[in-house]
Amino acid sequence: MIAGSRLEKVLASGQFAVTAELGPPKSGDITQLKHHAEALRNHVEAFNITDNQTAIVRTSSIACGAALIQMGLEPVIQMTVRDRNRIALQSDLLGAVALGMKNVLCLSGDHQKFGNEPGAKGVFDIDSMQLIKALKDMRDEGKFIGGESLEHPLEKIFIGAVANPFADPFEYRVDRLEKKINAGASFIQTQCIFDLERFKKWMEMVRERGLHKKVYIMGGVTPIKSLGAARYMKNNVSGIIIPDELITRLQGAKDKKEEGLKICIETIQQLKEIEGVAGVHIMAIAWEEIVPEIVERAGLYPRPAV
Amino acid sequence: MIIAERKPFAQIKEMLAPYQRICVLGCGTCVTVCMAGGQKEAEELAALIRIQRKQDRQEATVEAFTIERQCEFEFIDQVLERLKGYDAILSLACGIGVQTLVEHVPALRVMPGLNTKFMGYPVAQGVWVERCLGCGDCVLHLTEGICPITRCAKSLLNGPCGGSAEGKCEVSKELDCAWHLIHDRLASLGRLSLMAEIQPPKDWSSSHHGGPRTIVREDVKLDRGE
Repeated sequence: MIAGSRLEKVLASGQFAVTAELGPPKSGDITQLKHHAEALRNHVEAFNITDNQTAIVRTSSIACGAALIQMGLEPVIQMTVRDRNRIALQSDLLGAVALGMKNVLCLSGDHQKFGNEPGAKGVFDIDSMQLIKALKDMRDEGKFIGGESLEHPLEKIFIGAVANPFADPFEYRVDRLEKKINAGASFIQTQCIFDLERFKKWMEMVRERGLHKKVYIMGGVTPIKSLGAARYMKNNVSGIIIPDELITRLQGAKDKKEEGLKICIETIQQLKEIEGVAGVHIMAIAWEEIVPEIVERAGLYPRPAV
Repeated sequence: MIIAERKPFAQIKEMLAPYQRICVLGCGTCVTVCMAGGQKEAEELAALIRIQRKQDRQEATVEAFTIERQCEFEFIDQVLERLKGYDAILSLACGIGVQTLVEHVPALRVMPGLNTKFMGYPVAQGVWVERCLGCGDCVLHLTEGICPITRCAKSLLNGPCGGSAEGKCEVSKELDCAWHLIHDRLASLGRLSLMAEIQPPKDWSSSHHGGPRTIVREDVKLDRGE
């Protein structure tokens, strides 16, 4: 056990872990985010709080994380390298730890051109790999990137990273996972899985190298609400693959929402069967209220006590 | 070389509005090659300004000529007296040329006629691409000649992000993913293991982030008393 967060405990116990994503609002009022978190309290181990996802200005991840902690819930703080340089990232990590946060997820972040401030200067002072390594060095060596020592040892944190088996070059994606493990990642959350065949192929390569024994891999899923949403993702979101069969299946369904849910639940059930998959991360952005139903219908309720 | 692009004519017209005696000054080096600010472009622009002034019934004398390099004092000195005869100089050099003129001859009023875009080269007739950001700490030996600082939209140093799809960048389907190119090139040269090495955070102080950069070489300075 590294940090002893609830998420880490469930993963370490060998039980299939569940996390869900919460997107902060474009306002200073986080009532709804808290409401969603409350509704999911008993259905997930922890909540990912996105960091200005798709480069849209939102309430900060750490601020929302602090609110969750006050509610007795556990956040996974997402940190992208798009908006903050190494000074700000390290400072915010210290702040997050001071407020009791234990899980951190390191990402590059979507390019600023996709957001509501396309003229912003992208920072990218360090990359996600270097962020993982920096957090590990702060935690394990008590050192900042620049080499100076922290005044006190850092409370232990559980460092996560992302993996996208659907990005290219495909054969590099396992190399990259290994590199992130070497940099210091203890858990991985993947991009949304719709192309299960490709995911299985990636997991096969992961197992060949024994990487599933070095890191907890949580498969990412997203319930699709409509045919339009599926088509939009297929054509406009890079790094996501939506197979044609999935579109056809949705087209043929009377109740698109229910079909989208079924696809999501079936995906989770298949993920449970794949050796080396340690849990699921549910990204139901703008449909958070559906998460308890997904968890229950996927046979993941009640959650284990740890 | 430095690649530049002419400013929109409306902006040039506005900049020059208060002046009567105008010189459109071309530069014979980079901007001549990238067809933005050489003798030909200077003459064309001067003609355009003359027509506009005539149409707007505003008196003006507009002349065009070119010097070899606006970024070196000795070339400026050769035409110094002539330059002093104008109310305004519309420089068709890069931003360096404009500033060299002003720094060397503070009495001159110099306006930029170009937008300086980047350091790059022409990939095809009429198409220029950026290839160097001048970060001051070249990493091309680690990437076999493909610059991730310039060509990756996030200047990543440790491989392609999750937005790389079918060889293209998440920013635009027109844009190659630099790290996909690097990956394939390293693979073809049997150097893929380089991708597994964790590259440490870059020292950006050698880049613009340390303020304007200066190089002093004692071995070529003239004030050593030799």
